[in-house]
Amino acid sequence: MEPITIYKGRAAALDRKNVDTDQIIPKQFLKRIERSGFGEFLFYNWRFDEDGKERPDFELNQPHNQNTSILIAGENFGCGSSREHAPWSLKDYGFDIVIAPSFADIFKSNCMKNGMVPIALTQDEVKYLMERVSAPDYELTIDLPNQTLIDGQGFEVSFEIHPYWKEMLVKGWDEISITLQYDEEISAYEQQKKVVSST
Amino acid sequence: MGKSIIEKIWDRHIVNEEENKPDLLYIDLQYIHEVTSPQAFEGLRLKGRKVRRPDRTFATMDHNVPTVNRYFIEDDIARKQLEALDQNCKEFGIRLADLDSPEQGIVHVIGPELGLTQPGMTIVCGDSHTSTHGAFGSIAFGIGTSEVEHVLATQTLWQTKPKTLKLEVNGKLGQGVMAKDVILYVISKFGVDFGTGHIIEYCGEVFRDMSMEERMTVCNMSIEGGARAGLVAPDETTFSYIKGRKYVPKGVEFEQYVQEWKSLASDEDAVYDQEIILDGSLISPMVSWGTNPGMASGVDGNVPTFAEDIIDSKELNRALEYMGLEEGMPITNIPVQHVFIGSCTNSRIEDLRQAAEMIDGQTVQKGVRAMVVPGSQSVKRQAEDEGLDEIFKSAGFEWRESGCSMCLSMNPDAVPSGEHCASTSNRNFEGRQGAGARTHLVSPAMAAAAAIYGKFVDIRNLKKTEQVH
Ligand code: SF4
Repeated sequence: MEPITIYKGRAAALDRKNVDTDQIIPKQFLKRIERSGFGEFLFYNWRFDEDGKERPDFELNQPHNQNTSILIAGENFGCGSSREHAPWSLKDYGFDIVIAPSFADIFKSNCMKNGMVPIALTQDEVKYLMERVSAPDYELTIDLPNQTLIDGQGFEVSFEIHPYWKEMLVKGWDEISITLQYDEEISAYEQQKKVVSST
Repeated sequence: MGKSIIEKIWDRHIVNEEENKPDLLYIDLQYIHEVTSPQAFEGLRLKGRKVRRPDRTFATMDHNVPTVNRYFIEDDIARKQLEALDQNCKEFGIRLADLDSPEQGIVHVIGPELGLTQPGMTIVCGDSHTSTHGAFGSIAFGIGTSEVEHVLATQTLWQTKPKTLKLEVNGKLGQGVMAKDVILYVISKFGVDFGTGHIIEYCGEVFRDMSMEERMTVCNMSIEGGARAGLVAPDETTFSYIKGRKYVPKGVEFEQYVQEWKSLASDEDAVYDQEIILDGSLISPMVSWGTNPGMASGVDGNVPTFAEDIIDSKELNRALEYMGLEEGMPITNIPVQHVFIGSCTNSRIEDLRQAAEMIDGQTVQKGVRAMVVPGSQSVKRQAEDEGLDEIFKSAGFEWRESGCSMCLSMNPDAVPSGEHCASTSNRNFEGRQGAGARTHLVSPAMAAAAAIYGKFVDIRNLKKTEQVH
């Protein structure tokens, strides 16, 4: 996983609430057995009409949202299905950071496993950013170690992230290799048979 | 201060506890299916890692499988995904209920059927409806593919302790009101994210009175309220359901387990982060009218109006446009062209019995296409033994093989664009049942009635209702 420390980029606004993972990546694209190549299917039914032509009114198809790498959306982003294809497709399309007032639990965790940072801000802060992002020179800087987000025009906020996930993202660690260092503890737990189960 | 069942199960599964770290939580059981696992197995292979506990892992094929001729998979990519699961299970020594297996079915239907799901366990699956298994008094939650790989390799997950939410529904449900209506009512009242960051404990008379299958319907949809997991404390209903199932301990050992399981119940002085108390007698049969499960109303109600200001006007506008509905229209005026009885929410034997009872010699309305997709091969066999398949078929329903089918339409079953489907599944998201498909979530009895009338009807006004609950 690529480490993330200071991140700079332009943002796109998707002013919709409760965007579910069925919209982020529709089911017909879940049949592949690879992790890569999902970007072209991101928001497929919103981006394209039945003939596969771009819908000009969809947010991400608008000219000012091209070449953006931060997605700003409404509350409860990523709800529904646990499909990790959702962050895979966002990342493959070019989004490394998602900002929203809140995220669905599984989506949030899936993002962090893929070197993406989900940043929860208040409704007002999100609204403030959404109103400004379309300006061509508007850029956001995220300082992950210090947990701050600035726009270079006087807007600065801090955000929460669990220290464990922060370290994982900043160092770009592979979580499984870390857990494998707990092999003894896991074996000891299994031997104690604290849990009743007969499988 | 006492502990809730959620904390009790959690604490028993902590392998490692450190400051500034989530808990390293032991996972008793992982279910696997074809869609969210191939990349996890590939990850293991790339790093030369093994599956730590194949004996605590169980796989099935469900999402992609055709429900007409199951051996004829037209879609090459879907077939490759099923083949990949087969190969992965062979390579890593994992039990698999494949298409030839009499145990095959939707992962959340077969786990409980086989007795793999037991009280007090931590259970995961790369599938958000893993919350279903909470019906047995276990902490069961959906995970992403990276986490699937993590559990395969280590049998653990790093998890921050969730908040707890006690959801108590008291009183008695009215006639014709089912488990599905209870959970749809809760989500419509509190929204699709009221449970975020929480595990729900369902308490109160309504859930105590429910059968295991009804509890599964409720817990299944915990995720639609944003909660990763929801559970019901195990009781005699639970123990008698699991007794004698394939993977459940037998004899004296079983009795010992029962004692252990009983001790899981929440202490009387347990404290929850949130508590909600509702009156079950106020619940009507529910129908979703919008594009998420929170957009639902009683069958005797109406689609909301902009003036009522219940839902953000932009969201309401988008939902009404997609669904092709007018603000304020009565739910019973919504036409129905398709009926789907199936999915991990409502495809078990009791669900099929309720639907069959509603049919009672009547036939599917002209112009309606209706199908029943049993949740598992075992449900299908039992339904056929009871003659339910004949009731459905002679009424004009299609009777299919088991699988996820039109719940997410990854296989060839789909609803055409612009048409309305009364569905016993759990998600009415845009495009879920096919591009442009308009899904309405309902109980099995409401779905069967919609098939007969070609629109939604308040089953409480039908004579048959008395027998349905
Ligand atoms: S029936 Fe539907 S919700 Fe359940 S596991 Fe299958 S696709 Fe998911």
